[in-house]
Amino acid sequence: MTPDTDGLPNPLPRPPDELARLQAAWHQPGGWRWLSVVNNTQIGLLYIATAMLFLLLAGVLGLMMRAQLAIPDNALLSAATYNQVFTMHGTVMMFLFAVPIVEAIAVYLLPAMLGARDLPFPRLSAYAFWAYAIGGLGFFCSLFFGLAPDGGWFMYPPLTSREHSPGLNADFWLLGIGFIEISAIAGAIELIIGIVMMRPPGMTLRLMPIFAWSMLVTAMMIILAFPAIIAGTTLLEMERAFDWPIFEATRGGDPLLWQHLFWFFGHPEVYIIFLPAAGLVSTMVPTLLRTRLVGHDAIVMALFAIGLLSFALWAHHMFTAGLGSLSLSLVSAASLAIALPAGVQIFAWLATIWKGRVSFDTPTLFLLGFLFTFVLGGLTGVMVAVLPFDWQVHDTYFIVAHFHYVIIGGVLFPVFAALYYWAPLVNGHRFSEAMGRWVFGLMFGGFHIAFFPMHITGMLGMPRRVYTYSSDMGWNLLNLISSTGAAVLTAGVALFLFDLVRVARRTEQPHGNPWNAPTLEWVPFGDYGTRSIPQIDSRYPLWDHPALSHEIEQGRHWLPGTATGRRETLVTTAISARPSHILMLPGYGWLPLLAAVGTAGFFLLLTIQAITPAFALGAVAIFCVWKWLGGTDQAPPLRTAEAAAGVSLPIGAHGRASHSWWATVILLVVDTSVLASMAFAHLHVAMLADVCPPPGARLPAGGPLGLAGALFIGSATAWWWAGRGRDQAVLPRWRGILFVLAAGMAIAAFLLGLDAYRDAGLEPTRMGWSATIAALLSYQGFHGVLLTLIALHLTVRAWSGRISPMRRATYDNCALLWHYSCAQGIFIMVLPVLVAAWMR
Amino acid sequence: MNAFDATPLTMFRPASVEALLLDHITWLLIGGAVALLAVMSLLLALALRRHSRPIAAAWWIVGGGLGVPAVLLTTLFLYSVSVTQGLDRARPPDALIVDVVGRMWWWEIHYPDTPGPGRVTLANEIRVPVGRQVLLSLGTADVIHSFWVPAVGGKMDTVPGRDNRLLFTPREPGTYRGICAEYCGTQHARMGLTVVVQTPAEFDAWLERQARDAIPPDDEAARRGRQVFLSRGCDSCHAIRGVAERGRLGPDLTHVASRLELGAGTLRNDHGALARWITTVQDLKPGARMPATHHLIGRDLDDLVAYLEHLR
Repeated sequence: MTPDTDGLPNPLPRPPDELARLQAAWHQPGGWRWLSVVNNTQIGLLYIATAMLFLLLAGVLGLMMRAQLAIPDNALLSAATYNQVFTMHGTVMMFLFAVPIVEAIAVYLLPAMLGARDLPFPRLSAYAFWAYAIGGLGFFCSLFFGLAPDGGWFMYPPLTSREHSPGLNADFWLLGIGFIEISAIAGAIELIIGIVMMRPPGMTLRLMPIFAWSMLVTAMMIILAFPAIIAGTTLLEMERAFDWPIFEATRGGDPLLWQHLFWFFGHPEVYIIFLPAAGLVSTMVPTLLRTRLVGHDAIVMALFAIGLLSFALWAHHMFTAGLGSLSLSLVSAASLAIALPAGVQIFAWLATIWKGRVSFDTPTLFLLGFLFTFVLGGLTGVMVAVLPFDWQVHDTYFIVAHFHYVIIGGVLFPVFAALYYWAPLVNGHRFSEAMGRWVFGLMFGGFHIAFFPMHITGMLGMPRRVYTYSSDMGWNLLNLISSTGAAVLTAGVALFLFDLVRVARRTEQPHGNPWNAPTLEWVPFGDYGTRSIPQIDSRYPLWDHPALSHEIEQGRHWLPGTATGRRETLVTTAISARPSHILMLPGYGWLPLLAAVGTAGFFLLLTIQAITPAFALGAVAIFCVWKWLGGTDQAPPLRTAEAAAGVSLPIGAHGRASHSWWATVILLVVDTSVLASMAFAHLHVAMLADVCPPPGARLPAGGPLGLAGALFIGSATAWWWAGRGRDQAVLPRWRGILFVLAAGMAIAAFLLGLDAYRDAGLEPTRMGWSATIAALLSYQGFHGVLLTLIALHLTVRAWSGRISPMRRATYDNCALLWHYSCAQGIFIMVLPVLVAAWMR
Repeated sequence: MNAFDATPLTMFRPASVEALLLDHITWLLIGGAVALLAVMSLLLALALRRHSRPIAAAWWIVGGGLGVPAVLLTTLFLYSVSVTQGLDRARPPDALIVDVVGRMWWWEIHYPDTPGPGRVTLANEIRVPVGRQVLLSLGTADVIHSFWVPAVGGKMDTVPGRDNRLLFTPREPGTYRGICAEYCGTQHARMGLTVVVQTPAEFDAWLERQARDAIPPDDEAARRGRQVFLSRGCDSCHAIRGVAERGRLGPDLTHVASRLELGAGTLRNDHGALARWITTVQDLKPGARMPATHHLIGRDLDDLVAYLEHLR
């Protein structure tokens, strides 16, 4: 750090136009053009608001269910409607509320908490948000046409196969959810890079706020878990659309394969929404109790432990599916073991509360409500992890009670605490404390009245997902109480909305630091984030340096203005957070929104089989993304700029120092996980057969496969060859030919492999084994299309001299994709051969 | 004995050796959870006292969060493993084998080892003798269902392509309700069944009657009713052994009048129930695979019902 009289990075006085230039660079469009914003404070708010809208919509569906079940033999909803309603309630709550709300809060809060001006990929955030909002609303509207999915949020085949669900309803789920996941993954990539690379100078991993830790673990879990459901939905849609019997037992598929894929995603999913909530709790508890968090390190370790363990217990949703008893015992043990890191967190919070001084503000009330409710949900979680108990209560209302305790208690209450706690950041106003107490009382009371009796209803035998029950079952009173509680809970939410509207209408004022919080998001900020990016040496910077806020506002910390006149933020090293370079960020624009409209429209129209408009919109999406990419990878106007007095930092970075390179690496982890899920499907189906390949199927000849492999290697080599010398000089134009050559070889390799399998008589409709191979080959075919587009893009870039030492990120990142795709091609071609050899 | 006195779907009235074990562990877990919730609530209440105080962080986190739970959970796990050990082990020589096939939305029941020419096939009702181990072989004709009769034991899914099994040893005579526990489509809610535990003598007599072909009609109305059954197409879905055996889509009606309930627990099979079921099936169980037969009225209906009610 540069010496100065106070040891601060930048001296006073600041240049007079510095702030004005910063403000100009971060200027937001007004009026209807505001929809083209991309920066995180705006997109984050839209994202939170949209997620809350889905909470309300799915909440209404929940109320409809409770109205129907309030009395026995009720005819309010028909069986068919009820089944759509409960399916949508679960689906919307999980996919359109729970995951988006935690990502939304992170998108909104994290940059401020990390002192960054924005997240690393603002347009990706905007695109992910709009795709989610448009696609989600379109998906929800399927209810109004009786086209909503009705196979449960878990969509088990064969109930969801073409035979038993011939309508479009299931397709809405498979295509709708499949693509909303893409949006969640985009958010996760953004958050990982943001947390790892955009922390303020001095904020080493040890000093990183616990919410950032929790989001880091969560985002990594999204990266590993969501691909399983993307693969699953793709496979099931292939079965439905092309009659490929992947999950159909009579033709050698297996319905349990779906359950494995679904729960390999579905169980981590529960922790994907809980861990951020836990992070929010760990952030609020110290402030509200006016003391430092007890066991910070233990909590961080617990977050990682939960993240890891959550991948080991998916099969506890299949305790009654007839799996082997040894594997069930192992899963049971893992399910019990996950109570340990949860216990560590709970005791750390308890100890912090014990140590601190409590005043019962609304967020504190919600946190205490969370603790009590979550402990109860955790205890019932331990109960259902015990096999013999689960055999009785599995798929009863006991489970409904359990997971609502965990999710409403463990996620919704912390989210409400967070809304009360962080509300002042939005326009400087707190919610009403008087009303807040009522909101909490109604929500907490209503929740327990609604859901506690369900434990008993379940033990008295009421199964889940029934649209009605007869009056002689002994469940009448309990159900009536539950429905009453749901009404009370609703009253609490309604009162909250009333207060929300009241506060939202007030004029903006500086937010100050109403809770005397220690973390950076309470430093005054504008559209540009904070005036300067703070130097950090504490976990509780605002407590340990009371003057920090003022210093930041004076512009005495890092990067107090804009060096290039454009949007910028500071990138630091991953572990020790030393300033590395200045990253130029894109400004607002319509491309992300248009690309999202194109993507969402493509999937929705594809679902209703409007093929031509679907592909037209798909082309719009691709065009927008291509335009958008055209603006990236520009040479910066300056090579270096001064981020602090005497500290000159490079602008932009290449290779492993570049944020985009790491984002591509993470994307490849996603890709690998999808591939692994599909390969698992093949392995699973192959192992079900007595012999492999099953009777009637053959393996392809070795010759063509070998040639295909050689061509893949050739393609990768040609790509590598094409980019040689890019760090020395502008790449010669003729290298464009090599990109075309590389693409040609990759496509030829794919077609050769495909042909080899077709020559061997691969008939995907005949048996599950062949269908899983066809799915893998299709996945490689999709990569072939991608590689073709990439090659065209790079050829144009090479031809126009836009691959050069300062502009090589496009090549570098595409090289990762290219080499991966070629390796994947070889893997897919030989996998069935290897599996067959291994089974022999 | 009839369905009115059936034990409801509660977990707390175990009537088999296995269910009794599950019941023990259930009460242990409920007791443990209540006790731990009380302890945690007390800790939380104490923590909320208004003045701050120093704490020994390591004791809280390592002791409270890790140590105590680890001991409790390990004990619980070992206990649960010891309880369930061998629960899935059949003693085939003396076990009674019953095939159960889940269908949208009823249960088809077969007794594969019965004396006599016909295979005993019935719907939504399983009768077993007290004291003898029962091995249910669970299959499905369509989607995944889950067989659950809380009084006799835990649930087990019926999964296409898999041969799942459930064992239980009934301890006391009675009638016990069951229901499908895995969501299986429109009428998942109305997919009940009953298990009737009888004395061995009662059971043998019942099985012997069930193994016989349908009783021939003994009066004019029933005779005409049998004609209605054959001429109105009922036989395209329903079989009556000795009369029409090709119908396989709906329940076998050979001894339909002897059953406790109709429509997988939808109606008690008392006088007039069959007539109600036949004419208003789509009101009683909307979406059921049996078409509404509003056209069947007047004498035809009376005769058909007379015939079916005579099939004891």
